[in-house]
Amino acid sequence: MLFYILRRLASAISVVIVTLIVSFALFFLAPTDPAGVICGTRCTPERIEAIERSLDLDKPAVAQIGLYMKGIVAGRTYTTAGGVVTECPAPCLGYSYTLGQPVTKMLADALPVTLSIVLGGAIVYFGVGVFTGTLAAKRRGSTMDKVTVGTSLLVNSVPYFVVALLVALYATVFPPAQYTPLLTNPWAWASGLLAAWMTLGLTNAASYTRYSRASMIETLGQDYIRTARSKGISERRVVYRHGVRAGLTPVVTILGLDVAFQLTNAIFTESIFGLPGLGLLSIRAFNQYDLPVLMGTVLLGSVVLVLMNLVVDIVYTFLDPRVRLG
Amino acid sequence: MSDQTVRAPHTVTRTPRARSADEQAYLEVSDLHVHFPTQDGIVKAVQGLSYSLPLGRTLAIVGESGSGKSVSSMAVMGLHDRKSTKITGSIKVGGKEIVGMSERAMMSFRGADAAMIFQDPQSSLHPYFTVGDQIMESYRSHNRTSKKAAKERAIEMLDRVGIPNPKRRVDQYPHEFSGGMRQRAMIAMALVNDPKLLIADEPTTALDVTVQAQILDLIADLQRDFGSAVVFITHDLGVVAEIADDILVMYAGNAVEHGPVEKILGSPLHPYTWGLLESIPAVSGTPGPLHPIPGSPPSLLAMPSGCAFNPRCEFRERVEGDLCRTLRPDLIARTADTGRASRCHLHDPDRVFEAEVLPRLP
Repeated sequence: MLFYILRRLASAISVVIVTLIVSFALFFLAPTDPAGVICGTRCTPERIEAIERSLDLDKPAVAQIGLYMKGIVAGRTYTTAGGVVTECPAPCLGYSYTLGQPVTKMLADALPVTLSIVLGGAIVYFGVGVFTGTLAAKRRGSTMDKVTVGTSLLVNSVPYFVVALLVALYATVFPPAQYTPLLTNPWAWASGLLAAWMTLGLTNAASYTRYSRASMIETLGQDYIRTARSKGISERRVVYRHGVRAGLTPVVTILGLDVAFQLTNAIFTESIFGLPGLGLLSIRAFNQYDLPVLMGTVLLGSVVLVLMNLVVDIVYTFLDPRVRLG
Repeated sequence: MSDQTVRAPHTVTRTPRARSADEQAYLEVSDLHVHFPTQDGIVKAVQGLSYSLPLGRTLAIVGESGSGKSVSSMAVMGLHDRKSTKITGSIKVGGKEIVGMSERAMMSFRGADAAMIFQDPQSSLHPYFTVGDQIMESYRSHNRTSKKAAKERAIEMLDRVGIPNPKRRVDQYPHEFSGGMRQRAMIAMALVNDPKLLIADEPTTALDVTVQAQILDLIADLQRDFGSAVVFITHDLGVVAEIADDILVMYAGNAVEHGPVEKILGSPLHPYTWGLLESIPAVSGTPGPLHPIPGSPPSLLAMPSGCAFNPRCEFRERVEGDLCRTLRPDLIARTADTGRASRCHLHDPDRVFEAEVLPRLP
């Protein structure tokens, strides 16, 4: 198990490094003009040159990538034209061109927001989806089942950002969306994110209802469910112990991958509700040619994805005794 | 290969227990109907089945797929979905009426008074729970005991069904067991509450032949020890010769012949049973061509009028007045021997068998 995790971590790191090199090449070696962005509209060529030198943009591409990676591992220093040395401690991802803040700090501020939105939403959609899906499977063919399936198809066919927009515009029952750190004020944290949770939760619950329903119907038709019934245990125990245990295992896998996807794609939710998470950060960086910030969000996204994949695989060994990692 | 598959099935070498008159029936099925309403009509899976079985005896129910042998046994266990199944008639187990029993009463009946072993132990055991856990669940749902006591009981049962090293095995998952071991574990789970009635639904079909013989021996052994009544569902007449005291031959949802094993395999009275015996390949002597029963079983949605077997029966012209096509025969004694009954209009079935069918048997 430990050996497996180490091996997977090694492969995860190589994936992240490849992502880093490719996106660095795409962003920094593209015909963009970072120094121009920093300098503004009235700018002399000497000033641009000075900026490029201070950001090491005058160095060859390979050296730039090397410096960037060194910054992540060991930190790096920037020397401005006036001779002022700025220390950027590891993990250093550079400074925002437009705001002048360290990218690491900006990501560290935005990550908890996105995590709060996505994990809170996941609890809502997983809970609601599994509950209704299991009920629908148990009462397959009943009116309740038909209404559930119909509603979930309807909700699924409306684009997510339309739902989010409608909630943001009309749902005045929710407290205004804002982010307060959990540790500062848990109540404000929860109430400020409620609208986003509900939107993310209820729209995705439709899919999870159908996943759980399909998986539970298949499970409840298995021979071992008949065996469980023949033991003389209650139908509730048959469905919720024997059925759910086997029926939800595949749904948990989908959940892990969905959470990873949403962490890197929270743009709609964050933009519409104005929550300062990673999605909002990256879209603003994109619009302002703020390459270090963009680079940082891409890098963080790839780390989140490979880690979530690893987590799902490890969790699976606990869920399914037949799976052994090695 | 074990010997019971080599031996021609219509010769029973073992002496089955003779039925004594004063034996009380533990399982009594009378006029059982199991219908499944579907969009295409009503599937009449079981139509007026009656039989009885005292403690200490083994009844083999034989028949093709769709003859109603499993469906009728599932009804005995009350395992049919109440909403999609219509069950009428009577099933009495130890004096308790099963048909129409409340779910609550059913819960304390299932697994305690009657237990069932299924065909494929691979799919019948829950893959995510340990074998011990599944046996303990069975035990604890009918006995108020501690986890520790239940586990000891599970280990004791695993040991009893011949699983080596039960203390270690009890904590293993079904996928860590071999096919035969899994079926042993299933049997341990079924017998953990000492049920008086055991229903085995083709318990050896999914196993290879050497393991089959061991499992049959185990079931026979356990039956002697526990003195329970055993219903053994199978389509393997070799297995029947090995294990049964009585045979019930089912065709299209009904019993067509019922009687002691040596009589039914030695001198059967019903043309369908003759057909079953004829279609067994000869494993000794010169192998000749097989004699399958012509045609296929009728649809349970649209039964033929008269005798259900008449479209496939080569003797139907022997009965005068076209009775086979118009009148359903009753299950009654056709010969002087009252211990056996057959559902056929022929009035000299033993003569027909002696003269025409016996010479053709392998």
